[in-house]
Amino acid sequence: MEAIFFYILAVIVVVFAVFTVTARNPVRSAVYLISALIAIAGLFLLQEAEFVAAVQILVYVGGIMVLFLFVIMLVNVREAVGQPTTNKQTKTAVVLAAVLGGELIFFLTAGARLFEVEPDPAVIAQAQTLNTESVGTVLYTTYLLPFEIASVLLLVAIVGAVVLAKKTI
Amino acid sequence: MITPTHYLVLSALVFTIGVVGVLTRRNVIIVFMSIELMLNSVNLNLIAFSDQLHKLGGQVFAVFVITVAAAEAAVGLGIVISLFRNKETVNADEMDLMKW
Repeated sequence: MEAIFFYILAVIVVVFAVFTVTARNPVRSAVYLISALIAIAGLFLLQEAEFVAAVQILVYVGGIMVLFLFVIMLVNVREAVGQPTTNKQTKTAVVLAAVLGGELIFFLTAGARLFEVEPDPAVIAQAQTLNTESVGTVLYTTYLLPFEIASVLLLVAIVGAVVLAKKTI
Repeated sequence: MITPTHYLVLSALVFTIGVVGVLTRRNVIIVFMSIELMLNSVNLNLIAFSDQLHKLGGQVFAVFVITVAAAEAAVGLGIVISLFRNKETVNADEMDLMKW
């Protein structure tokens, strides 16, 4: 059952990722990316990471992609029909990316045995609370400093984005 | 049986597609979207190992990656808007203001 869901979602993710990269119209590209992101959220659910799946949909699909769509509408350049959508280095880039992907997949499958690490029995024995609850606990105890730094980063990004998009500073 | 390797291979595929998008597309906004794709493939890895090892560090880190992606998108799109205001284009190969 898990395998069926995995393969369905994996095919959706890969197909929509390819569409995202190849679509001519940026708006379509954004919509394809939204579909891919939702399928990735499904994969997170499959791995019992409910909190991250929810965050993925709320923040990515609801926030970031809407921002993308806004900007696409804002800078809507008239669709130049004859103009190429890819740049001059396309052939080299595709070959190099294929080499990179082949290499990654070769080594990942060749070393598959190494990833089958058995989890620490002491960790499993711990109380199986709800995912969101345990993520929240870890976030506010072990990872408190990174969490605070992330909030500062967001503040810096807000100020930076406002200043960058201003007409006159 | 779905092992972490399945997720890692899927993530490698998505990452490679993102690399192709970043390297070949002219539209800066689509380049940004390809970067989001690559960040998401990393999240897929983190969650796969988090599930395999029954540790929550991976999920927390995925949340941080999403945070950084949001910050990056906001700043990046701000740059796109101000560049568009100056040059009337969103094509990466026409943005050569800093080229000497």
